[in-house]
Amino acid sequence: MAITAPRALAPTRVDADRSPAPPTRRRRSKVGLVVRIVLAAVTAVVMAFPLWIMLTTAFSGQQTFDATVSVVPREFSLDNFSRVLDAWPVGLWFGNSVVITVITTVLTVVVSVLAGYAFAKLVFPAKNVLFLVMLATMMIPTQAILVPQFRIVNGLGLIGTFWAVIIPGAAATFGIFLARQFMLAIPNELMEAAKLDGAGSLRIFWSIVLPLCKPLLAVLTLLALMYQWNDFLWPLIALKDPDLYTLPIGLQFLQGQYQTDYGALMAMTLIAVAPLVVLFLAFQRFFVQGLATTGIR
Amino acid sequence: MTAVSALPATSSPAGGGSRRRRPRWDRSAIAFLAPALVLSIGFLIIPMVAAFVYSTAKIAPLSGKITWLGLENYATMFDDPVFYRSLLNTALFMVITVPLSMAVGLALAVLMNSVLPGRKVVRTIIYLPLVISGVAVGLIGTFLFNETIGVFNGLATSLGLPNASWQSSGIPAFASLVLITLWIRVGFTMIIYLAGLQAVPQELYESASVEGASGWQSFRFITFPLLGPSTFFLLIMNVIYSFQVFDTVFVLTNGGPGVATEVLGTYAYKTAFGPARDQGYGAAIGVVIFFLTLIFTIVQWRTNRNRDETA
Repeated sequence: MAITAPRALAPTRVDADRSPAPPTRRRRSKVGLVVRIVLAAVTAVVMAFPLWIMLTTAFSGQQTFDATVSVVPREFSLDNFSRVLDAWPVGLWFGNSVVITVITTVLTVVVSVLAGYAFAKLVFPAKNVLFLVMLATMMIPTQAILVPQFRIVNGLGLIGTFWAVIIPGAAATFGIFLARQFMLAIPNELMEAAKLDGAGSLRIFWSIVLPLCKPLLAVLTLLALMYQWNDFLWPLIALKDPDLYTLPIGLQFLQGQYQTDYGALMAMTLIAVAPLVVLFLAFQRFFVQGLATTGIR
Repeated sequence: MTAVSALPATSSPAGGGSRRRRPRWDRSAIAFLAPALVLSIGFLIIPMVAAFVYSTAKIAPLSGKITWLGLENYATMFDDPVFYRSLLNTALFMVITVPLSMAVGLALAVLMNSVLPGRKVVRTIIYLPLVISGVAVGLIGTFLFNETIGVFNGLATSLGLPNASWQSSGIPAFASLVLITLWIRVGFTMIIYLAGLQAVPQELYESASVEGASGWQSFRFITFPLLGPSTFFLLIMNVIYSFQVFDTVFVLTNGGPGVATEVLGTYAYKTAFGPARDQGYGAAIGVVIFFLTLIFTIVQWRTNRNRDETA
């Protein structure tokens, strides 16, 4: 994971208030608009092209391609899907991905929100030092800790189970950071009032802080989901048994089996990609907000 | 980093015995912090320390028996042509993809920030590759760039253009990596720049246009300078990403042909978990990736802190 950094985006110190902003908005030329539309259209076509190819190939029903590639779909068929689903336990892999992703996401969110609350609102010794240490762990590259992490997880006897992926996966400190930033904005007066009424930390957390944290929970959940659903390097090492594969590992495995059967490969890719794309389209705002504030990927 | 300097002033009055305001602390903090601490100590901090330790060892592939070597793995690195090639490729990858994805991302952000019909749809299309896994991206890439049945060569043939040897020679293979990386990176750059652009006060452009500034001039003298913090942030994030790139390379070229597209990330994995299973040496390469990341992270923290102080 890339390190993450908050952006207090561009505190613009330019003193623009003095000009009372006359409403003489220069009329934008028609030519400029046309140029922009053309540029945007070209961009959209180029950016959508790889996904379009994946879609049309997956639904083409053809085993392999000759050199005459069709950019428009020739016929509609689900043969590629049935071929992949019959030959490989794709359903199982899908289920594995769902189980691992859901458990890891829940753990990540819970752990992050708990720790974020402590860092934002509780008083305890060495708080700043601890928080700095947590921040620093965000920059540790996966490749740097691959070997020791494997040996630790192996030593715990987790290799060969989903926990080998789930537990290290929940050690995602970006969530703690996000949670703390969000909770700092919650006014202390709210908590002090509750404290006077005799509420303990847990009670304040549960009935005052958490209900105010819905946007935070959405962002955290989506980021953790995306990260875990797509995670590859660590599961590649931790999941040896094909019955435990997640979709990215299964995809990579099929690549070796079906060197040129791109119909089947694209069908499988689509299966792996579709859930996140649907989620993204439904919750775009939270995804974008999360990516913009943490810089993941 | 803003966060660090924004820490709340929790320090209690230092004067001993002054009033009843003792530095009482919330015991429940232990419970709130415990899960996070256990996980990050167990799976991040100890592994990081252990990575340094293992990088000075030879770990037997099967038995896992450890023989201490001192700095021998690092000495091996200095004589290892594949390591040099990976380092060079990683640097090249960075030098090519970072400026390109930032320039394209900035251009797209400016475009998307302007009046434009259907802008939401286009924006979504540009973001979309961000949520797709590196493996899926790499796999789509193998189909696009396949030399015999691939899409790009098929298109080239039908347009009467020469085919490129995307898979069998080094430079086209590297180019294929760069292209696919741009596809997934420009969206991220655009997100950050768009956020930056939204913070630029509209009045500035209005007064500039009153004074007769051209579109390019207002971009050059208003937009770009005000985007400075975003640019810096993106620079660091993209550089770090390029040090750590793995999935896409692994699936698209697997470092090949030969070692033409091997990067530090793939080389570290192959050394530790490939056929050689030289985990000690693999850990040492991982340590190099760590230090490269560390240097750029420190630069970012320092710069951000300075900015916070002056702001």
